[in-house]
Amino acid sequence: MENATGKRAAPLSVQLEFGGGAELLFDGVRKHQVNLPNQPEPWNVRHLLVWIKENLLKERPELFVQGDSVRPGILVLINDADWELMGNLDYELQDQDHVVFISTLHGG
Amino acid sequence: MLGKNRCIYPGEKVLLAFSGGPTSSSMLRQVQEGLNREAAKKLRFKPGIIYIDEGAVCGRTLDEREKTCRQVEAILQASGFPYHLVFLEEVFDLPASVLNSLSHRPADQAHSYKEAVADFTRWRQQCEKKEGAATSLEDRLAECSLQGCAWKERLAVLDTSSFPASHTELSRLFGAVKSLTAKEELLQTLRTHLILHVARRNGYSKVMVGDSCTRVSVKLLTNLCLGRGAFLAMDTGFSDSRHGDILILRPMREYPAKEIIFYNYLFGVPTIFTPGLGTKASDRASIHLLIESFLCKLQSEFPSTVSTVYRTGEKLSAAPREVDSGVPTAPAQCLLCLCPLDTNVEDGSSLQSMLLSEQLCPRPPAENCCETGRTQAGCCGRPPVVGDSSQLLPLLCYGCRLTVKELVSVQGKVCATRRAPASADAKVCSCSQDWAQGKVARSLSHHTFTRRLSASDAGLR
Ligand SMILES: [Zn+2]
Repeated sequence: MENATGKRAAPLSVQLEFGGGAELLFDGVRKHQVNLPNQPEPWNVRHLLVWIKENLLKERPELFVQGDSVRPGILVLINDADWELMGNLDYELQDQDHVVFISTLHGG
Repeated sequence: MLGKNRCIYPGEKVLLAFSGGPTSSSMLRQVQEGLNREAAKKLRFKPGIIYIDEGAVCGRTLDEREKTCRQVEAILQASGFPYHLVFLEEVFDLPASVLNSLSHRPADQAHSYKEAVADFTRWRQQCEKKEGAATSLEDRLAECSLQGCAWKERLAVLDTSSFPASHTELSRLFGAVKSLTAKEELLQTLRTHLILHVARRNGYSKVMVGDSCTRVSVKLLTNLCLGRGAFLAMDTGFSDSRHGDILILRPMREYPAKEIIFYNYLFGVPTIFTPGLGTKASDRASIHLLIESFLCKLQSEFPSTVSTVYRTGEKLSAAPREVDSGVPTAPAQCLLCLCPLDTNVEDGSSLQSMLLSEQLCPRPPAENCCETGRTQAGCCGRPPVVGDSSQLLPLLCYGCRLTVKELVSVQGKVCATRRAPASADAKVCSCSQDWAQGKVARSLSHHTFTRRLSASDAGLR
């Protein structure tokens, strides 16, 4: 895939937020400002989830990611909009994006 | 939703059950907005809020509980409504009378909304007169002790070694329950009893609980698995009149969890997350969690799953009570969930087969209570003296019996506090797991869903 703007060369900084109990899997910390390293392909949410699983998740990864997506019952908002309107896993992250994960599941 | 159903009268006191979770927080916000609207659409009841701290059974320390209570109090104070902060331990202080379902006020049978309102106003005036005349000191004290204001002292008391009774008893009670399923059911029952008590003590006649459409759907399927199919309509319907004097309403049950969470997020509605029994547990830890993850998975592939289950449940209606003649005897009710007893059923029911298998393979003495079961199934109006579960079981519905069976070894002092599902848990769990996972999940279309629901319901009735 070609990225016309060539933005992929620059590392991305995105804000991640976890709520509804999902934060418990991240040491109880709700907000994380993270820097995503350079990679040959542009960053999309699919990559982000892998990155979160490897770098941020503290325990019980199966309670947050299942398969290559989030666990059903966890809502995702990208810049305050439902990610289903933004292309779900294929949404291409931009610098300073704000991604929110909220668990709707009982007890987190 | 409330306006549409026209079930709350002007000036009536309504208790909002607040847990800090998204749905009840959103419900609180909507009530606040409803009270501030312009005259035509304005809600006109008097809300109060109840928060129940369940930290004791979720293994939280006193410090954590105090921190949560402080956060909750901040939100409740900001709402400006009167509030009641209650600890689950206080369930042991409840009078046994909480288990009696009081008779319906005549107002409930009124034909039109207008008449009902008139009736209600009259009834309220009477009550006010009574209150002015004689409010016993005891009542006052009880009221004070359940108010929100003094919660810190009460929490401290719960911890001090001089009053270890209720705390240890509660942990003993929950410790005796093996499965998470039973624990959740038990917690649910105790919570309801506390809410009812606070509502009665303080003159609330309606209670609003924050069950979203998603939660109602999960509950619907969970309760089917727990042998509570006969009470689906009551357990999940918009209004639940089983308690007689207190009506339980589920005003949020049309909104899916997703909409509620987006609403909260976009409008900055504060919520408080408190770890519960099932927090961080695997999705197979209890029937509740299993069903929830099953529905969520299905929903992610078939976006109308939840609403289909919900609408199917909507079609169920509470069976009309058979008491139509002049005899004012209340129908036999389950001691714990206060549903009409479903244990008086014909052959072929799962209850019958359960009893039979118990007769054939007798277990330790405390368990073989069932022969007396059917004959005594009618006498729960008066609070019984409970020694062991063999006396308790006949007073319970099928679903609650399963819960209580898990509790056989505990001797609690309040019968209200004994309940739990186990043996069937194992059975049901294995089949619901098969059902929920694997091939079925994928191929289950909404059509089969619906059929299954109605079939099981018919079977259980
Ligand atoms: Zn029951």
